[in-house]
Amino acid sequence: MQGSEKTNASQSVTYGAVPDEAVGLDIQAHADVSGYETTGNPFVSNAKMSARNVNVFYGEKRAIMDVSLDIGENEVIAMIGPSGCGKSTFLRSLNRMNDIIPICKVKGEICLDGDDIYAAHQDTVLLRARVGMVFQKPNPFPKSIYENVAYGPKIHGLAHSKAELDEIVEQSLRRASLWDEVKDVLDESGTGLSGGQQQRLCIARAIAVSPEVILMDEPCSALDPIATARIEELIDELKQQFTIVIVTHSMQQAARVSQRTAYFHLGKLIEVGDTKQVFTMPAHELTENYITGRFG
Amino acid sequence: MTRDRFKNTELIKASLDKRYARERRFQMYGKLAVLAGFVFLFVLLFDIVSKGTPAFTQHHIAVAVKFDVDTLGVDSTSSAEEISKADFSSVIKPSLRAMFPDLKSRGDKRQLYRLVSIGAEYDLRDLVLEDPTLLGQTADIWLLAHSQSASYLKGQLTRAIPEAERKVKDMQMEWLDQLRDEGRIKASFNTTFFTYGDSREPELAGIRAALQGSFFTLLVTFLLAFPIGVFAAVYLEEFAPRNRLTDLIEININNLAAVPSIVFGLLGLAVFINFFELPRSAPLVGGIVLSLMTLPTIIITSRAAIQAVPPSIREAALGVGASKLQTVFHHVLPVAMPGILTGSIIGMAQALGESAPLLMIGMVAFIMDVPGGVTDPSTVLPVQIYLWADSPERGFTEKTSAAIMVLMGFLILMNALAIYLRKRFELK
Repeated sequence: MQGSEKTNASQSVTYGAVPDEAVGLDIQAHADVSGYETTGNPFVSNAKMSARNVNVFYGEKRAIMDVSLDIGENEVIAMIGPSGCGKSTFLRSLNRMNDIIPICKVKGEICLDGDDIYAAHQDTVLLRARVGMVFQKPNPFPKSIYENVAYGPKIHGLAHSKAELDEIVEQSLRRASLWDEVKDVLDESGTGLSGGQQQRLCIARAIAVSPEVILMDEPCSALDPIATARIEELIDELKQQFTIVIVTHSMQQAARVSQRTAYFHLGKLIEVGDTKQVFTMPAHELTENYITGRFG
Repeated sequence: MTRDRFKNTELIKASLDKRYARERRFQMYGKLAVLAGFVFLFVLLFDIVSKGTPAFTQHHIAVAVKFDVDTLGVDSTSSAEEISKADFSSVIKPSLRAMFPDLKSRGDKRQLYRLVSIGAEYDLRDLVLEDPTLLGQTADIWLLAHSQSASYLKGQLTRAIPEAERKVKDMQMEWLDQLRDEGRIKASFNTTFFTYGDSREPELAGIRAALQGSFFTLLVTFLLAFPIGVFAAVYLEEFAPRNRLTDLIEININNLAAVPSIVFGLLGLAVFINFFELPRSAPLVGGIVLSLMTLPTIIITSRAAIQAVPPSIREAALGVGASKLQTVFHHVLPVAMPGILTGSIIGMAQALGESAPLLMIGMVAFIMDVPGGVTDPSTVLPVQIYLWADSPERGFTEKTSAAIMVLMGFLILMNALAIYLRKRFELK
């Protein structure tokens, strides 16, 4: 598996559906974004991950254009923007999930702790253990709740005994604030839980391997407001230990959970800044139009 | 505007009847089609079952057999080998004559001897081998009835048929009636049918050899086709690069599924028997040939099953850092398994019912012995049916239908298994 996914870019399986960006970029915003420059300061001093001049292509189509952005240690950064703006694509390039889309190519540099994750010697297995991911639709394995959480630690050999594994599972479920609800039904299928519980299970699964960064791709879009509120509380707690990158369609959610917000538009990073500033005093016209609901 | 709307309502109302009539007509055609299918199926099944059911009964005649030491040339002190060589038909004939002492002509006597199966002497031999003290004594022994006697006893032949047109003569019918009145005839479940191999005598013919042959053949087929098919499907679906070569392979697999099965038989004859000199008529070669035939089915259904696994499961596994191989084996295959198993079982059911390619590799030979392994000459159930269907005797006609019943029983069993597995895995 050593770096094989990058070289095998022409693989056959269509793992993920190609995100919207690949299909068409026609969104109802006619503002001219050529010759743009990111408004605000995309760089931070304590960068956990840093992207420099990242371009992502789906075949001929350029879905991300020259994006440079730092993700600070232990911060929650939200990415917002209209559908098809490239925020999901950018997120997925942070742990090389884009590798499994055959026609997808990433150019530029993305570093994790100063190491280029797209370098030839990099291993996607290790990278994804360090940069975990929570998906838009809750996708627990069709296995028991216990197995769902234990799977990551098992394949990475993180637990040396059954007791240790039990401990990891319990800790992860506790941190995902799911433990009390499932502690008596650990042997039941993870797919039998409610949508909100499933998503928390997926978060438990992600944190069970103790990643350094957690990527969340619209984690609440399939959930009701109550489940959403629980996930948001959870994000608030998790930021103590993890760096979290969250893509969201809900501006209220971005405002509630994040410290910094990045606004994407047509594959470009238009504006980035403190969440409070972006939502109260957006510097760029496009950002203002978007957050005031004029389009998107 | 109001008037227009009123007019529209009228127009729509007027057309409603026509539309509903059309729908009713269509539904009726559908019902008729389903009904026709059921009628054909029912006629077929009724024909087979009504013809085949008598084959599950066999008749025995109680004969007071005198184990004459002088005639047999052996006594209770003889070795098993000597007893095996003795001619036991020599004691059956006098014993039968003793029961009907007033027969004079040779022709009548020959008719009398034909009441019991020629297999009866081997049953006697086995009895004596088991209990040599019988030698020198006279005992009532249940001897297997000849298939023609049996068909009279089963009521398939009656006196209404002119004597010249039936094999059981009036004289024999009288004897059988007399024996039945004396309580010397018993009908029982036909165990011979399930424990014997093929025979020239209908009453001694069974499907055991064919069943065993089918079992060994399917075993070879499964052991070859299942792993090769599934791994080929996994590789093509998950690992192979998408290029012209894999497209070509895919097209050819689809084509292979449409190749007439007899072509695979010719291939087996040319390659496995003539070139590799594998044994003729053996389940090994039959299994290899059938696995070639089943492979495309398994590959195609497995690929479909793998494709149907939601991409989100793969993403989830990759997302926690599983390698590609781990993703496939821990998550994709278990989810795809019911589909793969269903496809494989249906492929195996196809193979079980296949006869044409096996004719080409010599599995059509007349084989009495039950095969003990994959290299022993043997036949399979469909070929046995084909062989029996070729025999004109009434005894074989019912055997043919009975064997079809058994074959269909197995096919239904396999399909039920496929459905059960699918349901079971779907619940999880």
